[in-house]
Amino acid sequence: MAKGNQVGKTLLVAGLLCFVCSIIVSITVVTLKPQQAKNAEIDFKKNVLNAAGMLEPGDDVEEKFKQIQTVMVDIESGTITDAVNPKNFDQKSAAANPNYSVKIPADKDVAGLNMRSKYAKVFLVKDGDEVKKIILPISSMGLWARMYGFMALSGDTNTVEGFAYYQHGETPGLGAEVDNPKWRKQWVGKEIYNSDWEPVAGVVKQVNKPDHQVDALSGATITSNGVDTSLKYWFGEHGYKKFLANVRNGGL
Amino acid sequence: MKVKELLFKPIFKDNPIALQILGVCSALAVTVQLKNVVVMCAAVTLVTALSNVGVSLIRNHIPGSIRIIVQMTIIASLVILAEQFLKAYLYDQWKTMAVYVGLIITNCIVMGRTEAFAMKNGPVASFFDGIGNGLGYSFILIVVGFFRELFGSGKIFGFTVLEMTKDGGWYQGNGLMLLPPSAFIIIGLIIWAIRTNDPSQIEESN
Repeated sequence: MAKGNQVGKTLLVAGLLCFVCSIIVSITVVTLKPQQAKNAEIDFKKNVLNAAGMLEPGDDVEEKFKQIQTVMVDIESGTITDAVNPKNFDQKSAAANPNYSVKIPADKDVAGLNMRSKYAKVFLVKDGDEVKKIILPISSMGLWARMYGFMALSGDTNTVEGFAYYQHGETPGLGAEVDNPKWRKQWVGKEIYNSDWEPVAGVVKQVNKPDHQVDALSGATITSNGVDTSLKYWFGEHGYKKFLANVRNGGL
Repeated sequence: MKVKELLFKPIFKDNPIALQILGVCSALAVTVQLKNVVVMCAAVTLVTALSNVGVSLIRNHIPGSIRIIVQMTIIASLVILAEQFLKAYLYDQWKTMAVYVGLIITNCIVMGRTEAFAMKNGPVASFFDGIGNGLGYSFILIVVGFFRELFGSGKIFGFTVLEMTKDGGWYQGNGLMLLPPSAFIIIGLIIWAIRTNDPSQIEESN
């Protein structure tokens, strides 16, 4: 009898406790969700603006972002598409979703990505009909994890306006120096393509093509290679090359 | 026990990290920048205090056979709350320390206090015990964070103190300070200092 009571009480306490805790947790999660979603969105916009060099400290992110137009690009055909809604599209998770991704052929997969999203969320700054800036998401394998960033090009689809990573897991003080404003500043004005429209921009230990190349980070060879391969891949045939050609020919 | 004793004893005399050697994991992980240290300390202190109160309130009804799980449930719920609040109001900090906030659940200090103190004492005393132990934890983390940020990136709370060579200054940053093992060394030095000052804390060696 006593034993039965004990089991009953144990179950009762456990049940009640779980019930109370789950109610408290659910209420908090639901009430805070809109605020969290807003934070995530502002953070994303901040990353885009930051890469394009358009964000000064103290700027209102939402206000600045109004200059920017978001478009979805079908990477393979290089055209703008409305097959997916940019609002709900997350390129990172799309790369892992078989419906929205393609396998990168092994010989082309220099950046170690394995899969790539069919569509890219691209950001444009326009002045009337003229494209002033194109901000393209890029990614590649670094030393410890994938590195995600944005490359901002000017309207000629060739000159770098700005370059920034927004997510990486590189070693602080070594590979994580990809975030160093000094190193990032070196990119501004570099040209991605040579006169034959081959993606030659890269990161090397000895710069011999100063129009295209940037010094590698010291003590971070694998990270530097990751940056280098991301440019080779994303601006090559399997990446944005076609889209950028369409932009040049007024295909927007 | 007096409130004062509950609050201040865990800082030097019975420090959870330095004497009990609990909660070292997060002391290594989040101490690169003082900003994160402060957020982490506030979160741990609140979680410890509130879970102590929670456990203490129902301590007479907790069946002995499931008491650890009951404590864990209360702690886990509070940690989720802490994480959700950070995500909503301190998003940038949350981003840099996301997983470590969740890992407060496994911080032995929290569970150590609910099991050792809150199960036997009233809610008010338990609350102050939680705050006190949180402060003890914070004290060590702030010292570690101070040295790691100062010598690793030449800054304190994000403000440049030592101009780094990579930014055109004179100070060559100490790379080790940016990596977790440096926290071990600093904690070791703190423990040494505390025990030299108070030899009663030294454990007997075999």
